[in-house]
Amino acid sequence: MMRGGFRFLTAYVAAYLLFLYAPVLLLPIFAFNDSRVVAFPLQGFTLDWFRLLLETEPLHAATRNSLIVASVAAFLSTAMGLCAARAATRHSFAGKKGIMGLIMVPLVLPEIIVGVSLLVVILQAGFNLNLWSIILGHVLICTPFCTVILSTAFSNLDRNLEEAAIDLGETKLTTFRRVILPLVMPGIMASILIAFTISLDEFIIAFFLSGTETTLPVYIWSQLRFPARLPSVMALGTVLLAISLILLVSAEYLRRRASDRSAAANAGGNF
Amino acid sequence: MGAAAIVRGRWRFRLPSGLVLVSPPLLYAILLLALPIAAVVTISFWTQNYLDLDRTFTLANYREAWSQPVYRVLMLRSLAVSATVTLCTVLLAFPIAYFVSFHVPQHRKSLWIFLITIPFWTSYLMRIFLWKVILGYNGVINGTLIRLGIIEEPLSFILYNVNAVVITLSHAWAPFAILPIFVALEKIDRSLLEAATDLGEGTVRKFLRITLPLALPGVLGAAIIVFIPTVGDYVTPRLVGGPNGLLIANMIELQFKKANNPPLGAALAISSMLIVAALSLIFVRLNRHHLRDRS
Repeated sequence: MMRGGFRFLTAYVAAYLLFLYAPVLLLPIFAFNDSRVVAFPLQGFTLDWFRLLLETEPLHAATRNSLIVASVAAFLSTAMGLCAARAATRHSFAGKKGIMGLIMVPLVLPEIIVGVSLLVVILQAGFNLNLWSIILGHVLICTPFCTVILSTAFSNLDRNLEEAAIDLGETKLTTFRRVILPLVMPGIMASILIAFTISLDEFIIAFFLSGTETTLPVYIWSQLRFPARLPSVMALGTVLLAISLILLVSAEYLRRRASDRSAAANAGGNF
Repeated sequence: MGAAAIVRGRWRFRLPSGLVLVSPPLLYAILLLALPIAAVVTISFWTQNYLDLDRTFTLANYREAWSQPVYRVLMLRSLAVSATVTLCTVLLAFPIAYFVSFHVPQHRKSLWIFLITIPFWTSYLMRIFLWKVILGYNGVINGTLIRLGIIEEPLSFILYNVNAVVITLSHAWAPFAILPIFVALEKIDRSLLEAATDLGEGTVRKFLRITLPLALPGVLGAAIIVFIPTVGDYVTPRLVGGPNGLLIANMIELQFKKANNPPLGAALAISSMLIVAALSLIFVRLNRHHLRDRS
């Protein structure tokens, strides 16, 4: 009974993984497929769709915009996350639960609400929609993720190390710079990479808050309407998939090193 | 003595410095989240007059949002879709979380979790679009089934309707269901299960009486995390939903963009948020009672 149950579970897991990976596996297949129609049967191998990407000027502009937005948003939300995570793991203060709750709310709020409410405020205040309005929205939704990642990094940190540094005459600021920062650095890098990846792919908020300059997902959305453009959209998706994978594997590697590093420091502290 | 003084000294210092430290993200959240939502609430009581807003207080937008059949149909359909997606996603995710927590060796677990989340870091729009390719009339599923001789005519009930929206959203939100359930299962004290085995409990009874009740908070969390945001999705219904698969978020988007009636859009957005929040609270309350009775 148990063996049979286990075999059933394994088969289910295999089927589920196929379900999870189905879209991702199809993407490169159609990107290299020599046909204007995104459908089976396959017609042969081609690199034309990738070549087409190199010649599409609006795509390059959208890519530039996306890189600017994602870099600034990743940097700002990691800075916000650092403050929030440090306060949450090392300090107690009045209204802590409510304050942390407010900072984490975008995690469960439908993105359309974030997009709509920022749109209303920006237009009412008389500002124009530009890349900054998208950045503002992205920092809001990335900060909770950064806070979670950095909280793990901070809570793995041995408190004795800080106290030792202060006993040895370092100020709070120099302790932070010379002891804490190096130890949580991999966590910070992971936070920047995750925020960058989220911002790079975010569509709903960017769609509401983009003016004349668009980001990559907004550009992709505009292309999905034209069947002739679909194969090159698949090629673009493949490139983006490769980039995301590289970023995420690095983030995961750094995150693990972060926990190893603070664990090693902890072990040292116990002697 | 010295240590105590340091501890006390830091304690006195800590109260204000925690607030100072948290103030940048807090101010950011107040300025760009709390205030904007307050602004949406405010304009939902105003009226759009072609190019400018009439700022006299009115409930007309809410009256329209709650009485017009079209909005009611979209709202009910949204809730039904979100509830179905939540149910499917959580039911499908539970065995996976269980497998990773109970059958994968300790040192491989984080790798498995990483593997499960990878597909979700590819472009969101692209993933939805590829579901269209999979479910379509000449799509992967129909093509395969026809070639295998299982069906003769392509299945038409899987694209451009509510089913397609449910399938696509269940895929999109899978990791958000798997992770909380996995965390809850990981917290279960394995010695409880060993004790039950020693006392002669069978696999099924152990699962029903120990594992499932202890995993319930994670399942609950997963359900809420999936239910609330799916109500706000307007991309999936637009791409795979067809004319009868549109949801309330599409209407909100329409009012804010093309129809240029932000006050009505705001009233619809606030109404749907209130309904979703109320339903979530009721759901949590009901299950809290259930949890308390168990223990």
